[in-house]
Amino acid sequence: MERETAANLLFRNARIIDPAQGLDGRADVLVLDGRLTEIGAHLQISADWQAEVPEIDLGGKWIVPGLLDMHVHLREPGEEYKETIATGTASATGGGFVAVACMPNTHPVNDCAAVTEFIIERARAQGSCRVFPVGAISRGLAGESLAEFGELREAGAVAVSDDGRAVLNSLLMRRALEYARAFDLPVISHAEDLNLSRGGLMNEGSVSTMLGLRGIPNAAEEVMVARDLLLAELTHSRLHIAHVSTAGSVQLIRQAKQRGIAVTAETAPQYFTLTEDDLATFDTVYKVNPPLRSSGDVEAIKLGLADGTIDAIATDHAPHSTLEKDTEFEFAANGMIGLESAVPLILSLIREGVLSPLEAIAKLTCNPATILGLPLGAMLPRMPADLTILDPEETYVLDCSTFRSKSRNCPFHGKNMQGRVLMTLAEGRVAFTRMTDKGLTQTNTHTSRKP
Amino acid sequence: MPFKRKDLLGIRDLEVHEIEHILEVAFSLKEINTRAIKKVPTLRGKTVIHLFYEPSTRTRTSFDIAAKRLSADTYSVTASTSSIVKGETTLDTLKNLEAMKPDIFIIRHSASGTLQRLAQHTTASVVNAGDGMHEHPSQALLDMMTIKEHKNRLDGLTVLIVGDITHSRVARSNIWGLTKMGARVVVCGPATLIPPRLEAMGASVSLHLREVIPEADVIMMLRLQTERQQQMLLPSLREYAIYYGLDAEKLKKAKNDVLIMHPGPINRGVEISPEVADGPHSVILDQVTNGVAVRMALLYLLAQRQ
Repeated sequence: MERETAANLLFRNARIIDPAQGLDGRADVLVLDGRLTEIGAHLQISADWQAEVPEIDLGGKWIVPGLLDMHVHLREPGEEYKETIATGTASATGGGFVAVACMPNTHPVNDCAAVTEFIIERARAQGSCRVFPVGAISRGLAGESLAEFGELREAGAVAVSDDGRAVLNSLLMRRALEYARAFDLPVISHAEDLNLSRGGLMNEGSVSTMLGLRGIPNAAEEVMVARDLLLAELTHSRLHIAHVSTAGSVQLIRQAKQRGIAVTAETAPQYFTLTEDDLATFDTVYKVNPPLRSSGDVEAIKLGLADGTIDAIATDHAPHSTLEKDTEFEFAANGMIGLESAVPLILSLIREGVLSPLEAIAKLTCNPATILGLPLGAMLPRMPADLTILDPEETYVLDCSTFRSKSRNCPFHGKNMQGRVLMTLAEGRVAFTRMTDKGLTQTNTHTSRKP
Repeated sequence: MPFKRKDLLGIRDLEVHEIEHILEVAFSLKEINTRAIKKVPTLRGKTVIHLFYEPSTRTRTSFDIAAKRLSADTYSVTASTSSIVKGETTLDTLKNLEAMKPDIFIIRHSASGTLQRLAQHTTASVVNAGDGMHEHPSQALLDMMTIKEHKNRLDGLTVLIVGDITHSRVARSNIWGLTKMGARVVVCGPATLIPPRLEAMGASVSLHLREVIPEADVIMMLRLQTERQQQMLLPSLREYAIYYGLDAEKLKKAKNDVLIMHPGPINRGVEISPEVADGPHSVILDQVTNGVAVRMALLYLLAQRQ
């Protein structure tokens, strides 16, 4: 797959929103030879560059630091029929992301340097953006013995997690938190008491009762969030709670932060957008773990985002084919794709007044970058340009047949959306665009990338 | 009055007038079952396929008799004898059977909601013969018919449903139906077998059988699956029988004209004692008789659509 060449672009009249530097204002942005060269008013280009630098008047549309999704499943190695590193990263840049952290529940599991190195190499060769692997906590995700964190870190892993499965054994979780400290790896907790959730297919409540589907109580998540917070306090280690879905989890994390525990947390767009009521027709596209909760939980997640209890928004992009999804609800796989629908859903939090633009963008840029210790999420001059350009106003009907992901398990297909990614510049290259140098293209063509 | 639906998937979807209409038709067809020649030509030339992914004696036989007494041709596909065991998906099985142009599918499946999905993929009518823990509409209709037959009404009655409510599609369909028809539904069982937020369906909950027996006009006992013990839901069948089994001693507190019902199959000595099951208040076999009439009514009404 050929790489795009380094971009030369001058954006006029952009609204620059860079929470890392506290910037929110109008400016021009100049990208030369793939580097963010200058941000300022009425930029002039030297005569020798002028012919090579197309100008795009953004008319107030937004430029933000390239987005980072700290929780995705790329399915390669092992389940390439659902997604590959190539298609998953193409989906990422199509959704405005310039980097993703991928979870280790592949086949084989990413519990050793060889798999981590494979993912990084494959991303370099075929990826549309950078990929930061998350290593396993336990060998084979079996929850019995620790994976080799040192070797994983040296190979390029940025965190450890048994995501998709909880670490049921409290002692193993304690040891993981302790051992990770030497390698400065955050431990990402998939908080689920597998005994309490066993057989569960959706949120436990009035809807599960009416549908006759076994429920997963909020307590299945909260018991483990509470345990892991106590273990983080005991070990003085860095804990990150993945995909927070319940009001009780938000409250536990809020209190832990007040006590000074080194915890961070993320949620995913489905947990502040959808509820258990969406399952009324047994549509498996809504089957996800943790499950869609009640409207009260959704409100609590929004409050947690607003007051900073929840630091980051990640998609938990979980591709599945029709083999896993077009089946009985009970037998269908958990998970929904999210990379190409996240931005409009997060922008809706701004319109609702839950988050300011600076706060919303921070949860997709500098906050996850800080959690994972990555030099991303700020618009710094002279660095390779990682930029996401978006129109917060454009309204359209989401059509997942245009997605660059291999899978189509998107619950927002056919829904009205507001806000759209226009261009993604990843490492100085146009990794996705819906624009030409004359302005917006009419169709959703992917001119920059020929797979 | 024509019946407008293609499928009968659950009681929750039905309007009160539709339930009344089905019961009226069932009462009028019931007489056929007592004739010397128990057959009418109503569904002659219609094809009915039974597709059962779970074991069933009563329901399948009842649907089959109902279809045959209406002169339909019936075919039976069960999980153990078909390519289902070869790994064919339910949807592929349905589409293959659909290609043989049946008029009505009668389907039972262990997973809740399966029928909703399958019904979208066939132009034939689909009748839910039980899906997981979700609904068993023909059972609720025959229960309502039986109550109405003995009490002449449903409105204003108190119906007590006792046992494993969580795993019971019979309980759910009856709660939807009885509350729509104006009855008051009280469910009773150990808290481990009562699903959360049941009041959202319109039923009230008691954990004490002795306390609620005196209020009941009808007591519907549910079958207790013996494997519930292994799922940490019950300490023992012995203790379950003591607190939640219906025996002659507990029945002394009941109204004189109380009806005792059970959807079957019965665990004698667990949820119901033999003297109660076979006693004067029991209408358990009337339920089975009415099952044929209700299923004849459903097949007749759905076939009328075409």
